[in-house]
Formats: sequence, C-alpha cells, structure tokens
Amino acid sequence: MATFTEKLGNIDRRIIFTVIALSVVIPLAMRFNLPIPITPGPSTDMFDVVEALPAGSMVLLSFDYDPSTMPELQPMAFALTQHLMRKDIKIVSMALWPMGVSLGNEVLTSVSDSLGREEYVDWVNLGYKTGGGVLIVRMGSNIKSVFPEDYDGNSVDDMPIMDHVNKLGDFDMIISLSAGDPGVPAWIMMAGDRYDIPIGGGCTAVSAPQFYPYLGTGQLIGLLGGLKGAADYETLVRIGMENPPPGTAIPGMAAQSVAHLVIMLFIILGNISYLAEKKKKGGVK
Amino acid sequence: MNWTIFGIWLGALLSLSLYSFLYKDNPFYKFAEHLFVGMSAGYWVIYTIKNVLIPNWWENLLPAEGGMQPIWLIPGILGIFMVLRIVPKLASLSRMSLSLIVGTGAGLTMTAMFQTNALAQVNGTIVALGQGGGWFNWVSNIIMVTGVVCGLVYFFFSKAHTGIVGRTANVGITILMVAFGASFGYTVMARISLLIGQTQFLLFEWLPTMGIHL
Amino acid sequence: MRLFVPLTITFVAGIIMILQFFVPATQSMGESLQEWYMIVASFAIFIGAANLLQVHAHRIRFKGRNWKYSPVTIVGFTAMVLTGLIFGIEKGTPFNFLFLEMVAPMSATMFSLLAFFVASAAFRAFRASNWRATLLLISAFVVMLGRVPIGAMIWDRIPLISEWIMQVPNLAGQRAVMIGAAMGMVATSLRMIFGIERSYLGGAD
Repeated sequence: MATFTEKLGNIDRRIIFTVIALSVVIPLAMRFNLPIPITPGPSTDMFDVVEALPAGSMVLLSFDYDPSTMPELQPMAFALTQHLMRKDIKIVSMALWPMGVSLGNEVLTSVSDSLGREEYVDWVNLGYKTGGGVLIVRMGSNIKSVFPEDYDGNSVDDMPIMDHVNKLGDFDMIISLSAGDPGVPAWIMMAGDRYDIPIGGGCTAVSAPQFYPYLGTGQLIGLLGGLKGAADYETLVRIGMENPPPGTAIPGMAAQSVAHLVIMLFIILGNISYLAEKKKKGGVK
Repeated sequence: MNWTIFGIWLGALLSLSLYSFLYKDNPFYKFAEHLFVGMSAGYWVIYTIKNVLIPNWWENLLPAEGGMQPIWLIPGILGIFMVLRIVPKLASLSRMSLSLIVGTGAGLTMTAMFQTNALAQVNGTIVALGQGGGWFNWVSNIIMVTGVVCGLVYFFFSKAHTGIVGRTANVGITILMVAFGASFGYTVMARISLLIGQTQFLLFEWLPTMGIHL
Repeated sequence: MRLFVPLTITFVAGIIMILQFFVPATQSMGESLQEWYMIVASFAIFIGAANLLQVHAHRIRFKGRNWKYSPVTIVGFTAMVLTGLIFGIEKGTPFNFLFLEMVAPMSATMFSLLAFFVASAAFRAFRASNWRATLLLISAFVVMLGRVPIGAMIWDRIPLISEWIMQVPNLAGQRAVMIGAAMGMVATSLRMIFGIERSYLGGAD
C-alpha cells in the first residue's frame, strides 16, 4: 500500500493546475491589493532617467514584443507612455516584432486620446521592419531611408515630429520593450555602444536576469523586469497624481504573491516526498 | 451589433478553448490552436508586405516620380531565390540569398558582439574592482569579480578540470547555480504574470458582459 | 562552382560589414547591403507561409493526422491576408479587429498555459539533491519572495537581499556566460565568413 509521501509524490497534475488557478483567481476576484515596496534598483533608475528628460525631448520607443508576453509588457508600455506624454516628450515608435506595431498603437492612441496629444506632432508609429540589428545600424545613419512611411503608409516627410529626426543620434533616449531577440541586446549593441545613445529597457521576467551585466556596465541605464517592473513604474508614475489612470500591473501583484507562495509550497512538498522516499530506500539498503 | 462585446466574447471563448487543454487534449483546443497558427502567419505576411516590401523595395524600384531603379532588382531577385527553396529543383538558388543574410549578419554581429558582450563586460569587471562605496560594496565587488573569473574558467574546456583549475571551476559552478536559481525565480514570475493577464481579461472584461461584476 | 558563388557572397558581405565598422569609406557599401538584407530576409516569411499551406493541403488531401482541423488554419490565414489587403491595417479595420480580439487573446492564453506546467514541473523536478542544488533552490526562493509585495511583508530585508543576488552573483554568472558566448559567436562568425563553417548551405540540393 502506498504511503502518504508516495501518494504526495504522485499527485495528479490536474490538482496542481486547479490550485494554481485558484491562487490567481481568488486574489484577483476579491480585488486583494498589497502595497508595492519600491527599493532602489533598475526600475527606479529608469524612472529617474525619464523624469530628468526636459519637455520636447525625443524618445524612440520600440515595441519589440507580441501578444504572448502582453500581460507583462503592455502595462509597462502604458505606464511609460503616460510618463513620457505627461512630460511633453515626443515619441517616435517602431517595432522589431510585427505584432508589436498593433500593440503599440493600442497604447499610443489610448494614452494620446486621454491626454489630448496629437498624432504626427507629439507621437508617431513608424511600424515594423525586418532585420533586427542590421536595421538598427542602418537607422544610425539614416532613419528616413529605412522608414520612408509610417505603419499606415503616410510619408514621414509630411510629419512635423520627424522634422528634426534624421538618424538615431537625434534621439535623447531609446527605450526597447523587449520579449526576446531582436530586442534590448540588439539596441545596446547596435545603437547604445555604436552611437552612444542612452538605452533603457523593459523586458519579460524570463530575460531580466540576463540583462543585469548591461546594467552593471551602464550600457543599459534602467530596466523594468516583468510584471514587478511594470508595477514599480505604475507606482512611481502615480506619485503625486490626483486621479491616477487605472493600471493592470499593481492589482496583479497580490495574485503574483499568492501564486509564488503556492509554487514554493509545492516545491517544499515535492522535496519532503523526495527526502522521505530517499530515506526509506536508504533504510532498506 | 455591439462589436466590442462580440470581440470580448470571441477572445474569451477562444481563451477558454485553449485552457481546456489543461484537462486533456480535445477538439476545442485543437480548433483554437489551428486557428491561431493560421491567423498569426497571415498577420506576419501582411505586415511584411505593407511595412517592408512595399515601402522599402517596391517604391524604391519603381519610384512615384516615374522610371525604374534597376539596382533594386538585385534584392528582389535574391528574395525570389529565397522563396524558390520550396521548389526542390530550384532550391539550390536559395543558397545565394542565404549567403547574403549569413555574411551580413555574421560580419555585423561579430564586431558588435565582441565590443558589447566581451570587451565592455571585461572592462566593467575590472572597473568594479576599483570602485569604493564602503566595505559591503567592496566585498560584493570581490564576489562579483571572482564569480566572473571562476565562471569563465568553468566554461574553459581546453584544459582538464583538475587541480587548481578544477577548484576554480568549482567556485564558478557554485556562482552559476545561484544565478540559475535567480533565473528560475524570474521564470516562475513571468509565467504567473501571463496567467494573471488572461485571468484579468476573463474576470474584468468578459464576466461584466454577462452582468457579473466582481 | 555551386559552393563557390554562395561562399564568395558570404565572404564579401561579411568583410564589408566588418570594414564599415572601422573604415568610413566603406560606409555606403555597407548601407546598401543593410537595406538589401532587410528585403531579402523579408521574403523568408513567404517560405513559412507557403510551407504552412503546403503541409495543411497535403494533410487534407491524404487525410493525415488531425486533418479535419487543417481547413481552420487555411481559413484563418486567408481571413487575415484578405482583410489586410482589402481594408488595410490601421486601427478600426477588420484586420486590426481580428488581431486584437482573436490573435492577441489566443497568443496570450497559449503562453499563460506555461504557468501551470512550470508549477507541475517544479513540484516534480526541483529537488534539493545536493548542496549546490539546495543553493539554487534557496536563491530561487529569495528571488521569488523578493519580487512580490508579500516578501517585504514577511521581512523588509528580503527585497534588498533579492536585489543583491541579482546584482552580484547573478550578474557574475550571467556575465561569465555572456563573455563565453560572445567569444564563441566571434569564432563562429569568422568560420562562416571564411567558408570553414558551411552547414547553413546544406539541405538545398
């Protein structure tokens, strides 16, 4: 007859699935909210750099992701765009991933409408191009030869926002929201190190640990890592704001907390079962 | 017809079809999976045509002001050669196009990667040794520099990992284990975040269309 | 001869890209090459699309595994292409509606399934079988707690310890991997440019 620890080790995966689902659904359904502690780190560095940009600065915002990582990167995109547009910073956006164009458009139009900003004057979405790093290097010498039109086929020569933008060096900062390759590393290699432009990044939590070496050398001036990074930025942007816009990252962090605890509990239970079985086998021997 | 509500229902039903896989593989999951693959491919094709091939190739080859720029025939022909990979008899022509892609990519990546991921990182490691900031920072920097050097020794396979090299590599693997643990923690965080995003959609966008407000 | 032309193209393209990093006179050649690269690489999507349609048409024709779902893929592909070509791709078009209401939720859901599998895999495989594996586990636990609000509620130093792990041992480990991989990449790129590494030319006979 199977012992308790054996049964524990062979637990049906659907039970694990159900517990994980409940650990996310219950905190969200109950609108369980926890304060987001802001500790100095890559998120605050990112905020400080954007905060220090004067009104009228030019920022290139690259949407290098697709819907598979939307829950992590879209809240970041909203918070960053709100911060940039509130500070009257001009945004030229583009995408190294084709689906990033539509996701970026959702963010830009929504924030622009809420703040009364004007397309082609305060922001523009140039669209997608193939090529990753090769494309970035070409943009270093001439953006308009790579992007003669925006994503919708309108000539960039007719856009006031593009009047003073000819090459990457004309931007005060580049921010890449990246879900993989091409993304943050390509921007650092081909734009940051080559043309000496400050690079900030937002990325999925999976890739965040890989980007810490760039933070250590200053090649990356700030980084929002995963939903936690997005929640940090939402919190920082809201400080001092009377009617803060709704965000999805902060409400998600309570569910994230509970789910982490549940997964840790599963790992502990798995190890108890493993150690008990190991001890039992050792005893027989 | 309210297109917003229709859109939310479409998204919700397709999401639930995909989640049904957690119980077991079933026709609803297969339907949504096949639809997703087809629609994603269609999206890529359209964006490639409208955002790249028309403005960057076609309009350069045949400018609006008239005439033809024959130089742009070269990338067009190489592009067609690339597509010929699907025709077995002509597939070898695609080697020309692949060569251009590989050569350009290799030449560019080699210099950039050496500069960004090797030289700048070595520089950052050496500079860290000289940084002040109190005893705690000093100890942290020593751990970091030791970790980088020992980690590199671990990846150096041209010499057997015995004696001093073996002991250094052992320190390297220990540091790497801590790094991999951190990566695992972040991976868990990422996966849960994705689930949270879709749950928020179902709870706060789909359920309200049925009058259920949480 | 069948290999000579492709290897020459690789060599010339590679050398031009290296030179334009150091020699300003080669800049314009490099720029043309970069624009051509974008166009040629874009054509690759047509191979993918044609292959997808070919596989599913073949499956329908010979009633292969799950052939009944193949028309769904073909219809989905055709719907996106036709709406994109006829109505355009801007906000408010049917193409954008299909993307936002169907492709985006399906893609997000597909990847959110990983949350369940990562939990199940961690339960079954994440074992403290030796001291290094235990160290990995402890590091993972501290980071998992340090990145969520509940960690700070348990002990306010946990986020700081977690950030230290990220900025010191994690940075060291990742940097060692990064430098090692960069050296490997440089070696592989040189082998490709000089025609020693030719595997990318295989399979096209």
